[in-house]
Amino acid sequence: MAIDAATVRKVAHLARIKTPEDRLEPLAQELNGILQWIEQLDEVDVQGVEPMTSNVSQPLRLRDDVVTDGDKVADVLSNAPKSADGFFVVPKVVE
Amino acid sequence: MTENTKLIQGRTGAWEIVMGLEIHAQVASNAKLFSGAAVGFGAGPNEQVSLIDAGFPGMLPTLNKYCVEQAVKSGLGLRAQINLKSQFDRKNYFYPDLPTGYQISQLYHPIVGEGVVEVEAEDGSFFNVGIERLHLEQDAGKLIHDLSPTESYVDLNRAGTALMEIVSRPDIRTPEEAVAYVKKIRTILIYLGTCDGDMEKGNLRADVNVSVCREGNYDRFKETGDFSFLGTRCEIKNVNSFRFISQAIQYEARRQIEILEDGGSIIQETRLYDATVGETRSMRSKEEAQDYRYFPDPDLLPLVLEQAWINEIKASLPELPDDKRRRFMSEYGLSQYDAGVLISEQAKAEYFEAAAKGRDAKLVSNWVTNEVSARLAADSKDFSDNPLPAAHVAQLVELIETNVISSKIAKEVFDHVWNGEGSPAEVVEKHGLKQVTDTGAIEKAVDEIIAANPDKAAAVAEKPQAIGWFVGQVMKATGGKANPAAVNDILKAKLGL
Amino acid sequence: MTDLTKLTLADAVDGLKAKTFSSEELTQAFLTNIEAANPTLNAYIELTADKALGQARASDARLAKGEGGALEGAPLGVKDLFCTEGVQTTAASNMLRGFVPPYESTVTANLWRDGAVMLGKLNMDEFAMGSANETSAFGPVKNPWKAKGSNAELTPGGSSGGSASAVASDLCLAATASDTGGSIRQPAAFTGTVGIKPTYGRASRFGMVAFASSLDQAGPITKTVKDAALLLKSMCSFDAKDSTSLDVPTPDWTQSVGQSVKGLRIGVPAEYLIDGMSEEIKALWEQGVAWLKAAGCEIVEISLPHTKYALPTYYIVAPAEASSNLARYDGMRFGHRAEDFSSLDDLYAASRAEGFGKEVQRRLTIGAYVLSAGFYDAYYVKALKVRRRIAEDFDNVWGKVDAILTPSTPSAAFAIGDKQIDPLTMYLNDVFTVTTNLAGLPGISVPAGLNSEGLPLGLQVIGKALDEATVFQVAGALEDAAGYVAKPDRWW
Repeated sequence: MAIDAATVRKVAHLARIKTPEDRLEPLAQELNGILQWIEQLDEVDVQGVEPMTSNVSQPLRLRDDVVTDGDKVADVLSNAPKSADGFFVVPKVVE
Repeated sequence: MTENTKLIQGRTGAWEIVMGLEIHAQVASNAKLFSGAAVGFGAGPNEQVSLIDAGFPGMLPTLNKYCVEQAVKSGLGLRAQINLKSQFDRKNYFYPDLPTGYQISQLYHPIVGEGVVEVEAEDGSFFNVGIERLHLEQDAGKLIHDLSPTESYVDLNRAGTALMEIVSRPDIRTPEEAVAYVKKIRTILIYLGTCDGDMEKGNLRADVNVSVCREGNYDRFKETGDFSFLGTRCEIKNVNSFRFISQAIQYEARRQIEILEDGGSIIQETRLYDATVGETRSMRSKEEAQDYRYFPDPDLLPLVLEQAWINEIKASLPELPDDKRRRFMSEYGLSQYDAGVLISEQAKAEYFEAAAKGRDAKLVSNWVTNEVSARLAADSKDFSDNPLPAAHVAQLVELIETNVISSKIAKEVFDHVWNGEGSPAEVVEKHGLKQVTDTGAIEKAVDEIIAANPDKAAAVAEKPQAIGWFVGQVMKATGGKANPAAVNDILKAKLGL
Repeated sequence: MTDLTKLTLADAVDGLKAKTFSSEELTQAFLTNIEAANPTLNAYIELTADKALGQARASDARLAKGEGGALEGAPLGVKDLFCTEGVQTTAASNMLRGFVPPYESTVTANLWRDGAVMLGKLNMDEFAMGSANETSAFGPVKNPWKAKGSNAELTPGGSSGGSASAVASDLCLAATASDTGGSIRQPAAFTGTVGIKPTYGRASRFGMVAFASSLDQAGPITKTVKDAALLLKSMCSFDAKDSTSLDVPTPDWTQSVGQSVKGLRIGVPAEYLIDGMSEEIKALWEQGVAWLKAAGCEIVEISLPHTKYALPTYYIVAPAEASSNLARYDGMRFGHRAEDFSSLDDLYAASRAEGFGKEVQRRLTIGAYVLSAGFYDAYYVKALKVRRRIAEDFDNVWGKVDAILTPSTPSAAFAIGDKQIDPLTMYLNDVFTVTTNLAGLPGISVPAGLNSEGLPLGLQVIGKALDEATVFQVAGALEDAAGYVAKPDRWW
């Protein structure tokens, strides 16, 4: 499954990384190299193997439904590039 | 054939609408699904936000047990499969109301699997809607567009609030069915206490997937399970009132039919219902195909439930609307319609039961569904904040049953009681509204009226229905307090009927 | 007085307790060292001198009263991946330049609870993605070691290059680090220091900037095995704020260091003898086997058949998780926001292109690709299945062996800029370490000797899940046998 410049453009958009047109082709080649190497996994017989999503085999812990957090607007906004009146401010979003 | 009512006539023939709904119901919890920040309405901007909700570096989610319990409860209420093992997945997309750049949801292994909901149609018949799944997920934050002409403001108070997404099968066929289905789900959730059902606050909202197909193709789909018999669907996002659900569907179905009849094809897309113009419009202007890159959230382990806990939850479930309706019919002898009206609101049903003990249930039902409901509606209240004690309704019905007051006078009594003048018995006493059962007084009135109207009295012999005029006159003379049965008997005797 | 900065962590803690010297003196000595060395070695991104001296004085006050925790008064360096309240935390990325967390990571909070002193934040590969510390937005870290007769500047490895370089050059007693595919053990091997990645779930990930959640683990880089045991105990804890944290007690591993290894069964996996492995590494490994045999261990040849698939598996799993973990860096709530943009989408893309370096961008792109529609099963799910095979390989040998011995890295430290041409060559650095991340097992790198060029080399001991005790026991035996005492000649 070779990656071409168009695929790189699409994936870069999915990842929201602005990529100049002249970088698409070199990136495609680079990624192809990596993916080709990755494709050696096809040699492994994984018939009936359960995907392993975590090293931890315990079930998920549950916490009680108590309010223990929040009410820290100053902290929440402390690193904001822009904020006003308790809100984060971002460029106009058109829905 | 009920099938005919599901057809829409186009220029080139008949079409059918097919719908599946995704209902988002906010879990009525104190804290958020994955953080300890409060869930609520009306707080100042970003006050109910933890650094976890805001997606700060190194912040990690921990799961709220209560939300899991509510999902299980809701699943049981939908008579659905509870999955002992489920998993949270990340749905990746960028948007300013989504702080981490992914929504934690459950795609591959939802907590609740297949179920079925019985919905009552307007004509009293029932139809089933299959439930595909119920899963837990996070809500997003809120964008405010009207505080600045050039910028949007972001409030993350809602971000991370627990939602239950209930996904139906494409079993819904008319706008009315869609509304009835949402109402039914809402009622069930309110009964269970898992969601407050407040649609105005957006605590319950629906995404409607609408497609149209040629007459007969839906049945072919049902027979074969082959989705290609159905049309391409459009998803109308976040419709938050029953009226809008119906309007949006009608508009959208017409729109799709027109496109198809003009030889066009439907593009699968997300649309928004604009209630001000009554139209749906495409939400994403660009060709951009969404690719959410779902994968299991590595910050969360599989959610494993113990059967014993599920059994415990099951044992604690309240009586559900369907069961209550059946019981009201068998226990109180109510009609399906009356029972249906009573159970549509849990508080209404409870109110009815409190008033109906030992009384004529049909009469109580009438008072509850007519007078009490109408007064509450006029005051913009519902049964949960009903100022009138159920005992008053019970007493009122008792007064009617024991002939202390007539049904007619009862309305007057009710007015006084509603205005806070005391119990029905007190009102009857205070205003002297007791029914006249003293035959002497009635006889006196009857004699006077017959004497004053000899011609009419003579006519009654030939036309017995004309007795009604005399009844009216007697009631008038006694200020409506005469016992109607006694009046009838005495009149009949005196008029020689 | 002897040079305090050359002390081991354990000796320094003892000296502080005995009031042989004060924490303030010790801290000042390190600050002086750092000020002199850092312009050259670039190990620290930020020095927190005032905070350090404040903490040192507070420690001295506690020590004076005979109080204090296990690390009381000990000046440490903190990898800039750990969020530190009120102190800039960047993950060595322009994206987070100037980011000041209003919270403390659990790991560092544990250190301060035990009385440690923070000297500053240590340089690293950007978002821990790299094996040579060249991807840092703050410039590469330099290895205090140089090859004999060469003036070439070498990499300390990565991603915890700042931690390794600082420990090796006495710019802190010990340092925190993190390991996703080898980021503790490879730099430790390259700098003649000890580095351990504990069992996944031992150290809380709360407040640690995430790279790949299912693989990331914090651990220490130290001068000795005993120091590693001491610092690791302090770093580890059960943390309810991390759903993957293990609710298990943290043993006192210092007790295991120095315990006899007689009778322990040590596995030597055939598959780690890879094509083109240098004779020196091979010899070192054989030497390690000989040392353990001499100490009374039983050597068992084992097979871990899926070893060769670990790296490609890692390069699907880690970028996939990273592509999602790093989506929060969008310039909306914190971090870099581009100034020129044409639309909201463009703002996202421009901010991220400006904020992230090339290697991070490369991995995020791979990650998005392997998760995208049509490739999810072929790449991501497949990798998770192979991951299980790799973990099963280990499960299958634990009945036969108590620990496994391998080389830490396929080579000694290389020159800065040497392997930049091809990302794959760089990725190969992790070939021996990445398996334990995928399987969640503890792994330690112990300095075992110098190569012909006079550069340090490390041996790795891998243990069963939660059996750090045996890992420390074996590591201690190797340390003893190797008698490794070499220090780099000071050129900085």
